[in-house]
Amino acid sequence: MSALPTATEPVTLDEAIRFIWTETEILDRLAYREWLPLWTKTGLYVVPIDRDGGDPVEALNIVYDGAEMREARVKRLLSGFSMSSAPPARTARTTSRFVLESAGAGTARVRCAQILIEYKYGRTRTLGADLSYDLRRADDGTLRIERKVVQLLNSDDHLFGIGYLL
Amino acid sequence: MTDAAALPYADLVRDDRIHTALYRDPAIFEAEMDRIFNNTWVWVAHVSDVPDKNTFKTSFVGRHPVIVTRDKAGKLNVLLNRCRHRAASVCERKKGKASVFVCPYHGWSYDTDGRLRKVPHIKGYGGRLETDELSLVSLRVEEYQGMIFATFKQDIEPLVDFLGPAKKWMDLFMKQGAGFGVKTLGEHKFRFPGNWKIQLENTTDAYHFPVVHKTFLDSLDDETEDVFDVLGQGGWVEDLGNGHSVMVMIPDLINLEDNLDAPIPERFADLARELAAEGYPDAQVRRIVRAVGGSGFNLNLFPNVACSMAFFRVLRPIAVDETEITHVAIGMDGGPAAGNRVRMRLHEHFQGPMGFGTPDDAEGWERVQRGVQAGDDLWMMLNRGTDAPEGRAEAGHNAGDVSAETGMRAAYQMWKRMMTA
Repeated sequence: MSALPTATEPVTLDEAIRFIWTETEILDRLAYREWLPLWTKTGLYVVPIDRDGGDPVEALNIVYDGAEMREARVKRLLSGFSMSSAPPARTARTTSRFVLESAGAGTARVRCAQILIEYKYGRTRTLGADLSYDLRRADDGTLRIERKVVQLLNSDDHLFGIGYLL
Repeated sequence: MTDAAALPYADLVRDDRIHTALYRDPAIFEAEMDRIFNNTWVWVAHVSDVPDKNTFKTSFVGRHPVIVTRDKAGKLNVLLNRCRHRAASVCERKKGKASVFVCPYHGWSYDTDGRLRKVPHIKGYGGRLETDELSLVSLRVEEYQGMIFATFKQDIEPLVDFLGPAKKWMDLFMKQGAGFGVKTLGEHKFRFPGNWKIQLENTTDAYHFPVVHKTFLDSLDDETEDVFDVLGQGGWVEDLGNGHSVMVMIPDLINLEDNLDAPIPERFADLARELAAEGYPDAQVRRIVRAVGGSGFNLNLFPNVACSMAFFRVLRPIAVDETEITHVAIGMDGGPAAGNRVRMRLHEHFQGPMGFGTPDDAEGWERVQRGVQAGDDLWMMLNRGTDAPEGRAEAGHNAGDVSAETGMRAAYQMWKRMMTA
């Protein structure tokens, strides 16, 4: 087995894909406690409404979470007291069409497509999205999420209550 | 068993309960679209959605798609989004700027006040086309406190008369502009599989808050959690006539220009520091911070809009068992960007498809629609309430305690009045 890469070693597309697959599988399993440590302390999780690529801090979003809000969100979803997430819809998501947009010393920006199927109350629905990840190596060389943007195809149209994480 | 559909509408609404058929019967839904939504003032937009001449926003009056425009003379218009030739929609953008609407099918074009401007190859009509009579169909439109309403009913009473005592609460609500005026900052939109009146009720339902929104409350700091103890602060619900009602949950936050010397809550300390650093004088910092925190009441305006604490809640009936909700975030028009950023973050915290509150509301409403399938001749009970606290509601207004179902009863009496008119 090879040693872990150093913090500045370039991130390959293959490595990024494996990391993203791990993350999405964690989300489908609702293993949100495993999801939180995948982030850097300054990591930003955004589900925007607008599709104009503007800075989400100046816009209304569906989700705009720093570390504190992510933790509060996970606590809520796992509490058992939120009727939309106890239980949530069952989900299965696949990510594909990966593109390595840029890579630097221990960093990478990757985008991909996600198709998510959810099921609850006899109803199956689909959510399509473009995902963008900024990944960064931690000191131990493993990858962390610095920024994840989930641009739903219908983000600026009517959605529905979503009782799980995207 | 009673055949609900055969009951007259008047018998489906009693003083303390409503019949199952009101959520389930497609024939009643059709009648509501005609007798209610085609016959009263319906909210369509906020003035900040159409700030300049030749700006527009698409919206709905009941099930009718409309375009809200500010024409080149600066006047507001609400136009049916339907070409007068062969009915194609003339605008499919949400909002923006346009000096003309061109039908994509045969190229008929309309001015922003709805007038038919040009018909391609008009010679083909042999001079018989009455262009003066083929404007986009125009609804009656009036506004109060920046909220724009439209109606198909040309001879309806003026908007201000329809709103009546609700106007006072709209005046108070708009103090969230902190002296800069109010503008819309964006919106969350979602649908739930349930009847529109379930949502109408919810805006005047403090009773559900600690139950459904426990996880929202748990996510707040202790000080803010006390602010959101909506049942424990001596609030009340007041019938304002015409189906409108106000539910005051946080009496301290009725008038945002009062108590400006109170200590600034911890959660707004950073914002206060940022505003002070930008040079805002202390008095103005306090006014802005208090406005950013939002109002302490929900004003329900029958039939489709509410001024709900810090946003507009708009409902749109789609079918008897399908409703679309829009939560419009609002903030200061021209005020400090830092304040509006905090407003948006607060809105995202509770509202929208992934907020800490909305998904649980939506699930609850869906559960009502699922539950109401059980039993054909049962009733939904609206008889909750004790006396309103002394001296709070306006004399002569019907009122109850904060978790009274007074506002729902008021809305259903208006429903009954309109459905049996």
